[in-house]
Amino acid sequence: MSKEQEQINAIQDMRKLMERSSRFLSLSGLSGVAIGVFALMGVAALYLKLDIHPLRKEYQTIIDATSPSMSDETFQFIMLDALLVLIASLAAGTIMSINRSKKLNLPSWDGAAKRLVINLMIPLTSGGFLCLIFIQKGQLEMLAPLTLIFYGLALVNASKYTVDEIRNLGILQIILGLLAAWQPDFGLLCWAIGFGILHIGYGLFIHTKHQS
Amino acid sequence: MIGELNKAFESRVRLGIMSILMVNDSVDFLTLKEMLQVTDGNIASHLTALEKHQYIEVKKQFIGKKPNTSYSVTALGKKAFTEHLDALEKLIKISN
Repeated sequence: MSKEQEQINAIQDMRKLMERSSRFLSLSGLSGVAIGVFALMGVAALYLKLDIHPLRKEYQTIIDATSPSMSDETFQFIMLDALLVLIASLAAGTIMSINRSKKLNLPSWDGAAKRLVINLMIPLTSGGFLCLIFIQKGQLEMLAPLTLIFYGLALVNASKYTVDEIRNLGILQIILGLLAAWQPDFGLLCWAIGFGILHIGYGLFIHTKHQS
Repeated sequence: MIGELNKAFESRVRLGIMSILMVNDSVDFLTLKEMLQVTDGNIASHLTALEKHQYIEVKKQFIGKKPNTSYSVTALGKKAFTEHLDALEKLIKISN
């Protein structure tokens, strides 16, 4: 190997080390697909239970917790549905990313992973508490826009510590959240697009791009 | 031109250590070892050399009862490493 080729290799090594030590690169794209599927299943369950059509303007009136049409049982169903989607998604993201880092022979819980989780959790838990407050006040139509906006902010915030694509995904989620707040009747539809379809799309994109 | 290359960085391991420390506030011994995949003794000797040049700083502390040694790059180290990279770049440009 020539001296010059040696130097070029050394520089490439350094680039790799810089990136690997400061970013969590084992983020699993396929877990994004799984999360998207869970989200769509959750939304489908809700549409069936509430007996509404995605494109008809009635979501806001039906979801109104203060109206007499909202029974305790429906309310509990909505909460359980949301909780199940959340737990399944967190589990899929964590487990599949740990598996991927094992496969890539990278540490799964290093400084970069910690920074990713912390920066993700700050906007996410703030949004979570805000959602709990709105649930307590019975304003369930706020859940779709708030979860979208705060999740989007969390992604933008965390994107510095993982693959770059996460940033654009976050911005799209924020836009969908604002749309959902502006047109509450399409709140659940925006949520299905954001958490369902975008996750599947970006998941496949990240999976194919970072597979090597 | 070759004169600008810093002798203190003439090793894959030292270049690796500096690269990691340039983009992280502070990194502990175990993480460095895992990233670079070299033996304890090997990495320790390179760390000591870089410390002697005052390019890196060592911080020893206890996390619970376990001793923990972490390293960070000094201002001098940052300057020296950047100059070394610039020199490397020039070298490659000239030979092209």
